[in-house]
Amino acid sequence: MGEAIVITSGKGGVGKTTTTANVGTALAILGKRICLVDTDIGLRNLDVVMGLENRIIYDLVDVVEGRCTVQKALVKDKRFDDHLYLLPAAQTSDKSAVSPEQMKQLIDELKQDYDYVLIDCPAGIEQGYRNAVAGADEAIVVTTPEVSAVRDADRIIGLLENEEHIKPPRLIINRIRSHMVKNGDMLDVDEIVMHLSIDLLGVIADDENVIKSSNKGEPIVLDPNSKASIAYRNIARRILGESVPLQPLEDEQKGIFSKIKKLFGVR
Amino acid sequence: MDVFVELFVEVNVVAKQKQPYVTMKGTKDGLTLHLDDTCSYDDLLEELEEKLTASEKAESDGPLVSVHLKVGNRYLTPKQEEELRTLIRRKKNLVVESIESNVMTKEEALEWKRKTEIVSVSKIVRSGQVLHVQGDLLLIGDVNPGGIVIAGGNIFILGALRGIAHAGYYGNKEAVIAASIMKPTQLRIGDVMNRAPDYKTDERNEMECAYIDEHNQIVVDRLQLLAQLRPNLTRLERGV
Repeated sequence: MGEAIVITSGKGGVGKTTTTANVGTALAILGKRICLVDTDIGLRNLDVVMGLENRIIYDLVDVVEGRCTVQKALVKDKRFDDHLYLLPAAQTSDKSAVSPEQMKQLIDELKQDYDYVLIDCPAGIEQGYRNAVAGADEAIVVTTPEVSAVRDADRIIGLLENEEHIKPPRLIINRIRSHMVKNGDMLDVDEIVMHLSIDLLGVIADDENVIKSSNKGEPIVLDPNSKASIAYRNIARRILGESVPLQPLEDEQKGIFSKIKKLFGVR
Repeated sequence: MDVFVELFVEVNVVAKQKQPYVTMKGTKDGLTLHLDDTCSYDDLLEELEEKLTASEKAESDGPLVSVHLKVGNRYLTPKQEEELRTLIRRKKNLVVESIESNVMTKEEALEWKRKTEIVSVSKIVRSGQVLHVQGDLLLIGDVNPGGIVIAGGNIFILGALRGIAHAGYYGNKEAVIAASIMKPTQLRIGDVMNRAPDYKTDERNEMECAYIDEHNQIVVDRLQLLAQLRPNLTRLERGV
């Protein structure tokens, strides 16, 4: 029996889908069986980010309405043997095509076969959100270091805390720019965590490569050298219960002089 | 005929012997009426009417005299209270100032309790959430921007107030708001409102309180000043 984790944020465009794709992929690399579920009916994206768009035959609404079985609708990602599957959202219906009870039933069914079911939640707090949350056991809240995103995250955390079947939500801060934080132009990690007062699951630095790889349909996690990739992999390991320290946001200074400094412990 | 007269006299004698249901006392604040709580309500009304009519002649044209009713262990419904008030008001220069009873309904008692107790809540009031209590609120946690706390009495926050706090919701202007970190978007006390300045203020790590000053403005000041401004906040003995 696996666990269902909903990935949500309240505000749109903070990186829910990217996070779902990358954390899911990272967990699959670590050898877990993962099913990604896109609940953004009418505005599906997760299939595009995963590069699986052209393999979709059936979707979530087909399953709920009984036109096919879950197994038939699942799209297998061949890059990871038998480890990563995607249940795509319908593009032709809207959020009211599914009810929270139907979602819960569907997620419960998927939990039987997979270690983790990651649910990509649509923006907002209406029907789409309620559908996404209905079957989840855990929640991850994604925010960016912007006041408006943090405000919406706060609202979502308040709503999640009222859901009794969900464990206390955990936080991912996306798109931190270290030089802006340093200049005091951006909220820093401590400030956000103190404000929202929930556990921090990970911090992802702003990285152009994330956008590039998303456009190609290859999650950034597949590139082992990128900083964002390492951050996502660390998040996956933290989800599995390992304690991994936070990566420093600053680029290490490379040079003989700083190496000597480091040797003597001078900062 | 004889029998009737005899009977009548006897009844009268009995009535004279018993304790009166209504006793009047003149004090410097006016008239205090003690109303017996063991007789029936109708008997009480009757005797009150009688006594007031008797005393009416003596002083009917003076200034208004305030009357305090003490009804002991009798529960008066709002309708009965009204009845007593009009009965006394009809006697020219008498007006009921207060009605004091030793008893109240359970409902009233609970309402009273709700309005005077300190409710302690341990949580973070997040954006979009509203926390509403009848009495005083002791919040152990923060109020985030977009969150609202409302109390009929005072609000004490052991944490950061970054949202909206409304104390004295039912019109109590004496109410205060205190917080460990005072960074509200808005403060409201009674019907007075105040908002945060548009410029950013530097972070002060000092506990602060907000109250309505003599110019009917909400002022934020050091917490320590409350002891002088609102001595009523000290309630070592809970009670009236």
